[in-house]
Amino acid sequence: MSARQLTIRILRYNPQEPGSTPRMQEYVVEEADGMTLFIALEEIRERQDPSLQYDFVCRAGICGSCAMTINGRPTLACRTLTRNLGQTITLTPMPGFELIADLSVDTGKWMRGMSERLESWLHMREENPDLTKLEERMEPKLAQEIYELDRCIECGCCVAACGTARMREDFVGAVGLNKIARFRLDPRDTRGDAEFYELVGDDNGVFGCMSLLACHDVCPKDLPLGTQIAFIRRKMVTSGVRGEKLVPAAGIEPATP
Amino acid sequence: MKIIHTDCLVIGGGLAGLRLAIAAKRRGHDALVLSLVPPKRSHSSAAQGGMQASLGNVIKGQGDNEDVHFEDTIRGSDWGADQRVVRMFVNTAPKAVRELAAWGVPWSRVQRGDRHVIINGEKVTITERDEAHGLVAQRDFGGTRKWRTCYVSDGTGHAMLFAVSDRAIAQQIPVHERIEALSLIHDGARCYGAVARNLVTGELCAYVAKATAIATGGAGRLYRVTTNAVICEGIGAALALETGVATLGNMEAVQFHPTAIFPAGILVTEGCRGDGGLLVDVDGHRFMPDYEPEKKELASRDVVARRMEQHIRSGKSVKSRFGEHLWLDIRLLGAKHIETNLREVKEICEYFLGIDPIHQMIPVRPAQHYTMGGVRTDHTGQSPTLKGLFSAGEAACWDMHGFNRLGGNSVAETIVAGMIVGEYIADYCDAAQNEVTLPTALVRDALRRERQHLESLASGENGQEDAMALRTRMQQIMTDKVGVFRTGEALKEAVDELTQLLTRSHHIGLRYSAMGANPELVTAYRVQKMLKVALCVAQGALSRTESRGAHFREDYPRRDDVAWLSRTLASWPDANSLKPKLAWESIDIDAMELPPGWRGYGLRDHIEHPQTAQRAARVENIRKTMADASRIEIQRALMPYESLLPERYQGTNERIDDHVQTQKTAT
Repeated sequence: MSARQLTIRILRYNPQEPGSTPRMQEYVVEEADGMTLFIALEEIRERQDPSLQYDFVCRAGICGSCAMTINGRPTLACRTLTRNLGQTITLTPMPGFELIADLSVDTGKWMRGMSERLESWLHMREENPDLTKLEERMEPKLAQEIYELDRCIECGCCVAACGTARMREDFVGAVGLNKIARFRLDPRDTRGDAEFYELVGDDNGVFGCMSLLACHDVCPKDLPLGTQIAFIRRKMVTSGVRGEKLVPAAGIEPATP
Repeated sequence: MKIIHTDCLVIGGGLAGLRLAIAAKRRGHDALVLSLVPPKRSHSSAAQGGMQASLGNVIKGQGDNEDVHFEDTIRGSDWGADQRVVRMFVNTAPKAVRELAAWGVPWSRVQRGDRHVIINGEKVTITERDEAHGLVAQRDFGGTRKWRTCYVSDGTGHAMLFAVSDRAIAQQIPVHERIEALSLIHDGARCYGAVARNLVTGELCAYVAKATAIATGGAGRLYRVTTNAVICEGIGAALALETGVATLGNMEAVQFHPTAIFPAGILVTEGCRGDGGLLVDVDGHRFMPDYEPEKKELASRDVVARRMEQHIRSGKSVKSRFGEHLWLDIRLLGAKHIETNLREVKEICEYFLGIDPIHQMIPVRPAQHYTMGGVRTDHTGQSPTLKGLFSAGEAACWDMHGFNRLGGNSVAETIVAGMIVGEYIADYCDAAQNEVTLPTALVRDALRRERQHLESLASGENGQEDAMALRTRMQQIMTDKVGVFRTGEALKEAVDELTQLLTRSHHIGLRYSAMGANPELVTAYRVQKMLKVALCVAQGALSRTESRGAHFREDYPRRDDVAWLSRTLASWPDANSLKPKLAWESIDIDAMELPPGWRGYGLRDHIEHPQTAQRAARVENIRKTMADASRIEIQRALMPYESLLPERYQGTNERIDDHVQTQKTAT
């Protein structure tokens, strides 16, 4: 069987370049065995068009740099095999982020802004713990549960697929709400639901979500985003209605030897 | 001209760079990070397996301590490491894990009671202690005598990078993303910052700082087949090299990871073998015990990679349309284990190979993985020849890895070096004599030089060489001729060809000449830098007529302590030269805590240095006369190092066994 000739249609636009206007450009590439979109785009850039812009870093599905919409669906390009796609492939940059050029968007700026607003870092009881002492204990199961939410790679697919994000520029997205869920679950974080309510208890937070759940469908890491958002919404409703400060879940006691 | 001032300029936003910036900021200095990509995209995130620290919480890690970690690391390095730096490292690693735990890293924890594991192909039941329950767990990795690798399920590097990056955000450390350093600003004696280019707009800008730190990671992309991310191009090393003053250490020391998936070169973690996975040939035969009866699949990476290539040469490989490979078999670990602790591996197999590792074997072959060499520094992380220039992590030759790095010591180094070197950077910024008094002419000249260089590339006035083609050829030469097995003949050819490529790179002309965002322009100026670094690797490998760690010369298969117990130093004093200048600094056996010997795996027949026996006798004598002393007192007598550590990290690390022993003494 002879190799397929793939037609790759790419939205080209460089806002930095005077006179540049958005247009679709087609490239024809001969498919190779095990070809990913990373390999195909590299080939186009090397052999056909050195001006084409896109972002790859790890090219192994780990770092989240290469999210773009592939035939209308946001996902990671590096681990998308061409053999799973039709002969014509349409690539466009993810919506919801500032366009840099062509397929490259500024997720970094968006994510940093979200992190600053949601204070998405662990709020420690003790800023300078004694590092020579045994670490604080944690139930193995709880550590695993926290990691399940910590697996988010901030690729931006959930934001690109989100209906609310289209309408509300400051919506924190599933990525932001998942972070709240992650720190809420972590007994090392001093914040309680009252504090979390301050961060996401509004329409740019958990009450802006319309439960369309595209985030859940497109997440490349299969994070349980729909479940987490529903859970956080319930907790925030409780916290908002009671208007009282809840105590965060306590850490476990050290085992007695 | 645009100038941005800060106290500490960090080039590179991975684990090492971020941790340096946090250290400087905590001490009251401004820190600013330049990064090619959003910092959470850095290659640090790809460290799947774990971080070595001798906590000794799991039962298979019982009895572990700094001494054992130290010896494993020195043996792994094939005695190329700086033993004092290794001591600084092993003492700080447990503190680093504990600090990260406090910052929110969800380390996998010890579950008390029985569990089933695979050891040497057999199902074994081990029982974790009650008193260890809930503490940070460790797994087995190559080249270690204890289970020492702390991990976060299958995403250690990711979890670490996110926690550290979030901490940097909490401390309001600015990260200038998509900004690339093009050259260092210096006057031949002191570094004052860097000229950098905005990758989106093409704008040039000078960053002026008291201290400048290179934390740009490794140089894997000098090779065609590598596990490294596409941004790991050795540019940080080139920045230092192009000062003509700073030196690079041991660039020929390049690690090849045994289990990169074939042919894509994507890494599957050492945890596969640490957790009990086996290497198998075309006949389904487990071949590693034939070569390495002691450590088998878990010898150090250099040894396993060589044995695999050797086995492929013996005709036992699997032949595919892309070439030859072997198999990694993790089926015996079972679905549950693979789906939790090795999920990243499962995903990689599914997405890139279309196979399920629960039921199928994984095609693997060694690929370039780690750069032991880098910007040569002293124990404080500062260049001995260019004041104010610091380096940490994979970009540096600090030098704790010597000629081979142990799995799990890499992410550990990023954080530990970040902590230690960060303190020294803060000390440097504190000192009144290190204030910057910089003539703006120096900055203007540096900016003008870079602008002219970029314009000459874009205009095509020097010729029409294709930058991308030059890079591809360089990568092929490095993979073919400066790989796992090296010979004088092939290395000579490599040096000659790379020299020709360097000459040709002076005549690059672009097809797309925009001065703003332009991937071809980026390749053009980077390939000129990469070729210089590649020449340091190839020339260093050609000169070193012995085999040590990952550097293996078929024409000189023995480690030669008489001639080569030394560190290669490469510099590029003449910008117009086509070759680096090499020098060697010897490693003093009389100062060693662990004198050279057999590593415990690999070949046994090294050429011994006459001083070795004397030093070994002296070490033995000290141990004998101090038989009643504590291990810490003995260590102090053998090789004092504690005064080299920042005060904040000098303390003794607590372990659960301390308590168990105290209780035993009490009863």
